[in-house]
Amino acid sequence: MTVESTAARKPRRSSKRTSAAKTPQTSEPQLVQLLTPEGERVEHPDFEIDLSPDELRGLYRDMVLTRRFDAEATALQRQGELGLWASLLGQEAAQIGSGRALRDDDYVFPTYREHGVAWCRGVDPTNLLGMFRGVNHGGWDPTTNNFHLYTIVIGSQTLHATGYAMGVAKDGADSAVVAYFGDGASSQGDVAEAFTFSAVYNAPVVFFCQNNQWAISEPTEKQMRVPLYQRAQGFGFPGVRVDGNDVLACLAVTRSALERARRGEGPTLVEAFTYRMGAHTTSDDPTKYRADEERAAWEAKDPILRLRTYLEKQDLADAAFFAALEEESETLGKRVREAVRAMPDPDRMAIFDHTYADGNPLVDEERAQFAAYQASFAEEGN
Amino acid sequence: MAAQKLSIAKALNESLRKALETDPKVLIMGEDVGKLGGVFRITDGLQKDFGEDRVIDTPLAESGIVGTAIGLALRGYRPIVEIQFDGFVFPAYDQIVTQLAKMHARALGKIKMPVVIRIPYGGGIGAVEHHSESPEALFAHVAGLKVVSPSNASDAYWMMQQAVQSDDPIIFFEPKRRYWDKGDLDTESIPLPLHKAVVARAGSDLTLAAYGPMVKVCLEAAAAAQEEGKSVEVLDLRSMSPIDFDAVQTSVEKTGRLVVVHEAPVFYGSGAEIAARITERCFYHLEAPVLRVGGYHAPYPPARLEDEYLPGLDRVLDAVDRSLAY
Repeated sequence: MTVESTAARKPRRSSKRTSAAKTPQTSEPQLVQLLTPEGERVEHPDFEIDLSPDELRGLYRDMVLTRRFDAEATALQRQGELGLWASLLGQEAAQIGSGRALRDDDYVFPTYREHGVAWCRGVDPTNLLGMFRGVNHGGWDPTTNNFHLYTIVIGSQTLHATGYAMGVAKDGADSAVVAYFGDGASSQGDVAEAFTFSAVYNAPVVFFCQNNQWAISEPTEKQMRVPLYQRAQGFGFPGVRVDGNDVLACLAVTRSALERARRGEGPTLVEAFTYRMGAHTTSDDPTKYRADEERAAWEAKDPILRLRTYLEKQDLADAAFFAALEEESETLGKRVREAVRAMPDPDRMAIFDHTYADGNPLVDEERAQFAAYQASFAEEGN
Repeated sequence: MAAQKLSIAKALNESLRKALETDPKVLIMGEDVGKLGGVFRITDGLQKDFGEDRVIDTPLAESGIVGTAIGLALRGYRPIVEIQFDGFVFPAYDQIVTQLAKMHARALGKIKMPVVIRIPYGGGIGAVEHHSESPEALFAHVAGLKVVSPSNASDAYWMMQQAVQSDDPIIFFEPKRRYWDKGDLDTESIPLPLHKAVVARAGSDLTLAAYGPMVKVCLEAAAAAQEEGKSVEVLDLRSMSPIDFDAVQTSVEKTGRLVVVHEAPVFYGSGAEIAARITERCFYHLEAPVLRVGGYHAPYPPARLEDEYLPGLDRVLDAVDRSLAY
């Protein structure tokens, strides 16, 4: 679907290993792009999109609010309200573009960074914060919004997505499934097995890889020697690399892959070529492993800025729109802040809840012992 | 079909057949489970009768088998997964432990994981490396999983029915060297609850507690001890997680002595858990320390040595004598 460019990309970091210079992934294949970093609309022969001004403003709003939510969560972590946060800063277009391609009856299997996709699914953003605050391990009902719990073990959810998609096909439904994962996860065996199973069973699943260039401190050079999207070919399904900072291209490519799945033509791998502008999580220190210039180069490709430029140039949004959105962002930030601070610790007896669906006498015994132990303090008047 | 005599293998086959007939959401998945009927023929004929959509030959990828079964369960299916041999489960161990076991709790009970993982386990068939292991303690240690093992045809049939109906993930260890042992099966009887232990032979001097493949050895040991005038009770635990400690306690309060027997290594094994709990519960009833008989802290040996490694009649009787000598 894409044409390889022969132009070599400048290596990100010096390496003593001469073989690194030969690694094919350092040549940058041409990305599917519909909106340039300068905010110019361009066409692509395979992927068309025609959005109304309302829809364009909607995508912009989604990205702005998602970034605002993310910034608030990062701040809350710094203030000690959250134990950890995995920021999506820079990946808004990949998530909103792919998320807005989904239908309500599609099903999403995220990693732990898909806050923008959750937003598109209608999951209240405050629900995402419970696990980062330490009051639950997710806690939302995945069936309400067809948005599965965040999965922390890297790549595991790609198999769940594949199995779920196999079930969709068995049911004769025409919905599709999206598995989100990162460039680091693509090194996991589970992801390879998910590719194998989905190809063999022609499962209606879209593998949406956000290649944000860094798996904590490890650059893609430590994960792969060929461009990631090309891996799909070896499994027998198409792979496409899309500009992950271009919300229009992410929407168009994901929509196309979903339609393909719905037609019963099986899986697609979408590699959204993007960049994590922040740290891996708030525990990480990217200054130890990557250069400031790299981030600066990617800031010029900012997904939100380029859509804003386009909206302004085309007179699709006026000052009042941007002002209202700014106010809405602040309201969201305030709501999130207050919701997190008001989040109660769970009841201590919740340790034992839901370990088993059908009960277990051992759990019952330990629950009773724990309750008696706790009650003993009350009796002593402590 | 009412009362009949058939092998554990055939009882499992009949049980899987009934599960497929009863609930259209039940699926069987695994390597070679289709046309071949599994390497032990436990799924023999099922794909022919229920089709490739219900009895699914999978790629050779254990993590993939369990991981996709989790996805199918999320979609409302009830997958029964076959892991070909005990030693092959470890590529799937991550999916079982980090995902399958915890999904229900992580979702605060909103989703269920009705997945059965069948594992032919244990030694005694002269197999090569990785084909004779007993990893049950590794699964019993994990909250969220239930672990069972039948020792006879009737339990094989009924416990499989109950495992399929359970909304919890069940690790179903099948004693492969007993697959061809025949026993009575009444498909119209009312079965025991899945996790209840049962007195397989009543006695008054000592309790032998075992499960799966070792129940038969213990029954033989009890019969041999009887000839020497010792009355040995044999308890078939049937479930390793949860364990029916009440039944063990009842038996030990009667006999005053307990020997736990399993094929798995003794160190950190299920015998250790039973010994600790029963010592706590029955300290004043015990006439002797709880003894354990099992495998050694060594890799499962080559087949020519497995008779030395596996607890046989003599090692069990030796433990009986040691306990009675206190």
